[in-house]
Amino acid sequence: MNGNDTLRAMKPVFVFALIGIVFMFAAPYALQLFTIINLTTAIALSVLALSLALVWGYGGILCFGQVAFFGLGAYAYTIAAINFGGSTWAILVAVLVAAAFAALLGYFVFFGRVSDVYLGVITLTVTLIFFSLIRRTSGPDYKIGNALIGGFNGVTSPPLNLPWNTSSFLFPEHVFYVAMAALILSYVFCGWLVNTRFGRVCAAIRENELRSELLGYDSRLYKLGIFTIAAGIAAIGGVLFCNGVGRITPDVFNLYNAALTIIWVIVGGRGTLIGPIAATFGLFYLTSALGGQSVLNNNLVLGIILIFFVLLVPKGVAPTVTDWFTKRRKPAHNSRRRRRQGRST
Amino acid sequence: MSRKRDKREVIVETRNLAMHFGGVRAVDQVDFTLYDKELRCLIGPNGAGKSTFFKCLTGQLSPTSGEVIIRGQDTTLAETHEIASLGVGIKTQVPNLFDGLSVDENIWMSARRWKNSKRARSLTSETIERMNLGDMRRKIVNQLSHGQRQWVELGMVVAAEPWLVLLDEPAAGMTHEETARTAELIKEINTQAALIVVEHDMQFIRMISQQVTVFHEGQILMEDTMEAISKDRRAREVYLGSRA
Repeated sequence: MNGNDTLRAMKPVFVFALIGIVFMFAAPYALQLFTIINLTTAIALSVLALSLALVWGYGGILCFGQVAFFGLGAYAYTIAAINFGGSTWAILVAVLVAAAFAALLGYFVFFGRVSDVYLGVITLTVTLIFFSLIRRTSGPDYKIGNALIGGFNGVTSPPLNLPWNTSSFLFPEHVFYVAMAALILSYVFCGWLVNTRFGRVCAAIRENELRSELLGYDSRLYKLGIFTIAAGIAAIGGVLFCNGVGRITPDVFNLYNAALTIIWVIVGGRGTLIGPIAATFGLFYLTSALGGQSVLNNNLVLGIILIFFVLLVPKGVAPTVTDWFTKRRKPAHNSRRRRRQGRST
Repeated sequence: MSRKRDKREVIVETRNLAMHFGGVRAVDQVDFTLYDKELRCLIGPNGAGKSTFFKCLTGQLSPTSGEVIIRGQDTTLAETHEIASLGVGIKTQVPNLFDGLSVDENIWMSARRWKNSKRARSLTSETIERMNLGDMRRKIVNQLSHGQRQWVELGMVVAAEPWLVLLDEPAAGMTHEETARTAELIKEINTQAALIVVEHDMQFIRMISQQVTVFHEGQILMEDTMEAISKDRRAREVYLGSRA
């Protein structure tokens, strides 16, 4: 696939990115500050969903502990920012720590040829180990540099500052811009990645690992690669999250959050990138709305939604919508396809 | 005849190759030699060890003992992708395709492994033409018939432009017409590459065979031309029987 083909395949990605840019600049004028701050958290979570959409939807790796890299990124950012007295390099540290940890874990898992189900179990277990471990770090003994880890109370995250001035902190509406820009860039990056040779080989490995090996691809390396990249993206989400919320606690590593990430991708649709992002926003707002009433239990509703999707919309929202549109457009679509084929063959 | 063959380069050699599963000796002390540009069929009754031998050659199984040498390199304990990377094209017994991807993408995966993106695209188109898959190139492969899927897989083997091709039952489940076409294709591949074909279908072997190796109880019973094997009493007893 040459550059032009990649760009053509990425057309929908650019359309959604453009919608995102419009939203990014319009939202602060149309919405209240409270909503903007809430949105920042939703954006952070949708970056996490995006990273799982990449590693699970395209790489075929069911990582039940994607939230571990998200939390690790948030902690690494917070601790680094406290020590550095500025946020810019801390962001880089967050991404590197999460990616390096994923590379190490992935090395043992993929080169040890751990099968899919056990991979889910291992990643979830690692997440829960982080949960237990960090909860036990209360008190002045547990610190990295100047930063107390803070046990179950967590740590207050220093807000983002301008790269050239560490004392000029960003206001919540500016953090919103940064978060939105990070989401759009991560999304375009993932959209590009899945259309490169690397991304297509990963998708092929998802379809049939043995076949990819029979063709001479070292599937372990590709899986390790996409796992590491996805962890880095999850860490970006983590950085945004602790900026939106203002602190990071070990609760980020709990079972609820690990499962929720999976739900976003199932509802949004595996094999798409925009689906899980949209599902995260949708479910985040549903949860907030349900939080304002006391008739229905929040988790009950989420559970019902998950069962509804698994049974009735197993492909998820985005693929179902796409199928519906292609079916409606089929006659026109087919004739065009035939013409194109006539030329190329 | 034998002197003429000895001049050619040996490209696959196994020495005392053995694969045991518990007490079962699926492959037992096999010494096998394949020369460059040779087309060799492996036959034998069920459980004779053909497929196990095939899996030892392709790195899907690690032999219990013995050696596999492909073009001078010891590949006994090599990973499958390392063997494929030597320029070996492999088709397994159970069709292995990228099920959720299009015919085009399947073939491209093979072409793009070694070629730059421009060459890979033209090679993909050429291969699709050659395999007569032109009108289904955008179809997802799990929507294709069994025979078509076999060809997509053969297309993937061909698109890598290998110098050694290992095929495990390439004509399994094909109609008579499809089998004949596959035989033609195998002869065509043989102009460029050496082949080892594991097969059950005697008709098919007669269409393509030059030299045939008969497996029996994990060992090589005999190696000769198809006519000679058809006439041999031992070979008839273990395998051909009434079917010959």
